[in-house]
Amino acid sequence: MTAPGEPLPVLRARSRPPDAPDLLRLNPQLTTRWLEEFLRHEMRFRRGFQRAVIGISGGVDSALVAYLCARALGPENVVGVRMPYRTSNPESLAHGRLVTERLGIEEHTIDISPMVDGYLANQPDADGRRRGNVMARARMIVLFDQSERFRALPIGTGNKSERLLGYFTWHADDSPPINPLGDLFKTQVWQLARYLELPAEIVEKPASADLIVGQTDEADFGIAYARADQILHYLLSGYPVDWLLRHGFTASDVALVKRRLDGTHWKRHLSTFAMLSSTSIHDYYLRPVDY
Amino acid sequence: MEWHVAVAQLRPKKGDYGYALGHLGETLGQLDGANEPLDVLVLPEMALTGYFLQGGIAEVARSTEQFFAELTALFRQATRAGRPPIDIVVGFPERRESRLFNSVLYATLSHRQEESRIHHVHRKIFLPTYGVFDEKRYVNRGRGLAPFETRAGLAGMLICEDAWHTITGTILALGGARIVYIPVASPARGFEGEVVANVGRWHRLAQSMAEEHAIFVVTANLVGFEGGKGFIGGSVIVNPLGEILVEGPMGEECLIRATLDLEEIAIARAGLPLLGDLESQLPDLVHALAQAAEPHPEGPRS
Repeated sequence: MTAPGEPLPVLRARSRPPDAPDLLRLNPQLTTRWLEEFLRHEMRFRRGFQRAVIGISGGVDSALVAYLCARALGPENVVGVRMPYRTSNPESLAHGRLVTERLGIEEHTIDISPMVDGYLANQPDADGRRRGNVMARARMIVLFDQSERFRALPIGTGNKSERLLGYFTWHADDSPPINPLGDLFKTQVWQLARYLELPAEIVEKPASADLIVGQTDEADFGIAYARADQILHYLLSGYPVDWLLRHGFTASDVALVKRRLDGTHWKRHLSTFAMLSSTSIHDYYLRPVDY
Repeated sequence: MEWHVAVAQLRPKKGDYGYALGHLGETLGQLDGANEPLDVLVLPEMALTGYFLQGGIAEVARSTEQFFAELTALFRQATRAGRPPIDIVVGFPERRESRLFNSVLYATLSHRQEESRIHHVHRKIFLPTYGVFDEKRYVNRGRGLAPFETRAGLAGMLICEDAWHTITGTILALGGARIVYIPVASPARGFEGEVVANVGRWHRLAQSMAEEHAIFVVTANLVGFEGGKGFIGGSVIVNPLGEILVEGPMGEECLIRATLDLEEIAIARAGLPLLGDLESQLPDLVHALAQAAEPHPEGPRS
């Protein structure tokens, strides 16, 4: 009780820094359960597929998708395909094996070097970027063909950070018909991966597309995922740039993320068609994907 | 009076009306065989077609009369000839003359022609058109909101966002509704907390409406995924004290059942006569409301 003449106690609302480390933290149990439901519904109820096929790169995204599919569909219904190129980091192949062994899923290894080199032999001036894109597209040729071979649906593994930063090969990594990670930032992928006890070697290593020797995602971007994800979260939620600057984000980080976000809207869409009628598909003729 | 309620959290196949009728027939058969009294079966918004239809709504919409005839035929096929009637609350895409609506039908299904009847159709007033929702593009908004007579006395119906505005529940309660039925289609968002954010929001909404007006509130939430968007389920039956009597699981098909003791409305109102207080203050508030709704020369003040 306050004594007469004593000032009243003051209780203040808890303030939380905008870049709090738990900003994007999920309830991993709830999220995992929902993603498993999503996989079962989209594969079995809607499409009648019993089996899934996943390109296992050795990275955390495809490993997490394999874990989710094994939980949702049973390990006997998951096929992992490792698709190394001759310059791929051998560690990637080993980490892919770690995933398939831990889960007890069927594993196949298909070396894409002959098909990639067959094309690139006549393209002597192809730089690292072009070569990387050819590899990503070759992997999708393989994955979709294996899908036919095993009557298994290809499952996408691209995360929300990659999608927003445009860090993928168009009509390649993004082409599988369903993807459980597409609304998860990379930092959330790591959180779920730790919750599901994926091998530490895979979760703790720097993320890499492994298209060029020594490549890492964060070196390619010039910003850590932890920071980029927070900035993306606020930009997508409608906070203006000057709000971010007032709340401790640096101008260079915000500019970098915004430039990548603004410059890649096209990558998150299908092709642009010339509209000539009032029955133009997706403009006038609107039907949902599952109609 | 006891009123026996069941809610079916159903998972439709998008646009596959035949599948949905078959599934509803199985559900009616299950309820008929359960040897428990049942007075009303409550189904979600767009329960038989799926929610995100875009332009496809014009292909699956039907008139109330056609829909009622289909449901009656299904009921007679799926249940024993001697069984008592079942009232049904079900969301459907309605074609009414040249217009489309997001509607909910309240009807009595019976083997006896003289008992079978359409009681009411509520057409969704608040059509969400933001974020993932795009309803105004495809359907017309409903204009009316009123309670209607049922075998359990006056009842009201709201559809999804209709219930997010406290004024709608208030209007129904002031009009005498003792039970408000709310078919819902709510895709899950917000996985940070103990429960999905909009599951919690729906429970709070239903409980607040029930407790404020001392009425029963029944929500029926769609389940299943549509293009990656998963509907939450988590339907509830709430008593006039604002207590959840039974709650459906998140995202899974199920039936939830409760027996409502309609005497509890008077008991709750004796303890907390908020609705009576509101009635007595209403003339002043209606005046204040009219003033607040007056157009402002500089545009909306909110």
